[in-house]
Amino acid sequence: MSLLSITGLRKAFGPNVVLDAFDLDVAAGECVVLIGASGSGKSTLLRCVNLLETVDDGVITLAGQDITDPRVNPDQVRARMGMVFQAYNLFPHLSVLDNIMLAPVRVHRRPRAEARAAALAILERVGLADKARVRPDELSGGQQQRVAIARALVNSPELMLLDEVTSALDPELVGEVLDLLVSLKGEGMTMVLATHEMAFAKEVADRVCFLHGGQIHEEGPPATLLSAPTKERTRAFLSRFVGL
Amino acid sequence: MTNHASHDAPPGAHPSAGRARPWSPSALELERRAYRRSRTVRSAAIASISTIVVVGVLGIVVTSSSGWPRVQETFFDWDKAVASFPAVLNGLWLNIRVLLVCSVLITALGLTIAVMRTLRGPVFFPLRLFGAAFTDLFRGLPLLLVLLLLGFGVPALALDGVPQEAVFWGCAALVLSYSAYVAEVFRAGIESVHPSQRAAARSLGLTHTQSLRFVIVPQAIRRVLPPLLNDFVSLQKDSGLIAVLGVVDAIRAAQIETARDFNFTPYVVAGVLFVCLTIPMARFTDWVARKQGFQGGGLV
Repeated sequence: MSLLSITGLRKAFGPNVVLDAFDLDVAAGECVVLIGASGSGKSTLLRCVNLLETVDDGVITLAGQDITDPRVNPDQVRARMGMVFQAYNLFPHLSVLDNIMLAPVRVHRRPRAEARAAALAILERVGLADKARVRPDELSGGQQQRVAIARALVNSPELMLLDEVTSALDPELVGEVLDLLVSLKGEGMTMVLATHEMAFAKEVADRVCFLHGGQIHEEGPPATLLSAPTKERTRAFLSRFVGL
Repeated sequence: MTNHASHDAPPGAHPSAGRARPWSPSALELERRAYRRSRTVRSAAIASISTIVVVGVLGIVVTSSSGWPRVQETFFDWDKAVASFPAVLNGLWLNIRVLLVCSVLITALGLTIAVMRTLRGPVFFPLRLFGAAFTDLFRGLPLLLVLLLLGFGVPALALDGVPQEAVFWGCAALVLSYSAYVAEVFRAGIESVHPSQRAAARSLGLTHTQSLRFVIVPQAIRRVLPPLLNDFVSLQKDSGLIAVLGVVDAIRAAQIETARDFNFTPYVVAGVLFVCLTIPMARFTDWVARKQGFQGGGLV
C-alpha cells in the first residue's frame, strides 16, 4: 500500500484553479520529484499535503488515514511529516540547537536531555556539529538549509516534503544539500520534492512528475522522462534546461 | 462553469491552461463542508449561551444586592445625567480639539526625533544626541509634572511674547511627553525594516535621506501603525489631564457638576463619553492590525 495517496485533489485560489482532479501515489521509501513551470502547483501540492492549505475537494491519505477529514487534528498529522521550505524558514531568535529542539520538546514531549542528544546527533549527521550554539543568520545559505532539514529530520518523520530547497543556493552550496538528500534517500526516507534542479532530479528521483494544467501531465523514471519525454509540453519545458 | 462556494469565479476566468473544466464539489467535500459548518454553529451556540448565562447571573447578583439602590442613586441618576450632559459635552469638545491639534504635532515631532536618532555619520552627532536626550528626558518625566511646570511655571514668568493661556501650555506638555513615546515607536519601526531594503534603495543612487523618506519610513509606518494608534487612544484620555491647569474640559465640567450635590453621575456621564470617543479609534486600530496580520497569512 502506498504511504501517501492523493486522489481527485482540487485547490483553487479565487478563480485560479491550481490543482484540478490531481492524483498521485507515493510508496514507502519512494522519492518523487515534482517539476514544472512556476505556478504549476508544485508548492501548492506540498502545502496541501502538509495541511497548510485546506483542499477544495479530493482526498489525501497518509498511511491509510484520510488527513483531509476535518475531524482529524492537523497538528498531529503535521507532526508526522517533515517540511523544508525554499527560504529555510529557520527561527532567527533561536540558536541552531534550539531550532532543532523546539518540536521534539514542545510537540513530541521528549525530555530535554534526550532531545538535545538527538539534536546534536542530527547536527553531526548534517555536518554542522560545531554550529549548535550559533544563530541562523551567522550561517551560509547551504548551512541554514541543512539545519532546516535537520529540524525536520529530528522528529523521525514518515514523509519528507521539500519545496525547492536548493533554489536560493549557489551551485557549490547546492552540492552539500543535495549530498544530504541523496544519503537520506539511501536510508529509505520517503520524499516528495519540488525542484528546478534537473540534474538532481535525475540522481535522486525514483519517479519524476511533470506538473501542468493542474495535473500530472507526464511522469516516469528520470532517465526516460528527462531525456525522452513523449508529450509536447514536457519537451518544451525541458528544452529550457541545458545539459540533460 | 460551476463555482466554488467560497471563491466565486467570474464567468470564463479559468487561467489554468485556458480550459474550463466543469467542477462541482464531490459528496465527500459537501459532507466535509457540512461538518465544518456544524462545528462553527456549535461553537457560536456555546459562546452565545455561556455569554447570556454569565451576563444574566451577574446582572441578577448585582441588582439584587442590598447596596444596589444606593449605588444606582449616586452613580446612575438619570435626571442628574440629563442635567449635567450639556456641560460635560461642552467640556468634551475641548478634549477633542486638544486631541486633534496635539496628535498632528506629536506625529510630526515624534517622526522628526526618530529620524534624528537614526542618522548616520559624525556630522549628525549633535542631532543624535539631542534626539536621545529628548526621549530620555520626556519619557522619564511624569506627564503631570510637565503639565504643572509648563502650565503654572512658564506663565508666571510673564515673559514678553510668551503665551499665557493654560490650554496652550497644556497642549505643549502633552506634545512633549507623547512625542518622546511616539518617537521610540517610530524608531523601532525604522530599525525593523530589513537592511536589504536600505541596500536596495542606496544601490539605486538614492541618498540616505531619500531612502529614509521613500523606502524605509513608509514601511516603518505601516508596521508601527497599531502601536501608534494605541498611543493616540491613550492621548485621548490623557487630554483630560490639562484640567489641572484650570481649563474646563469634560472631566473638570463633571467635577463641577458633582460638587453641587455629591451625586457622582456626571463622572459616569463623562466616562461614558470618553469610552464612546475611544471605541471607534480602538476598532480602527484592530482593523489596521488585522489587515496587516493577514498579509500573506494562510491557514496557520
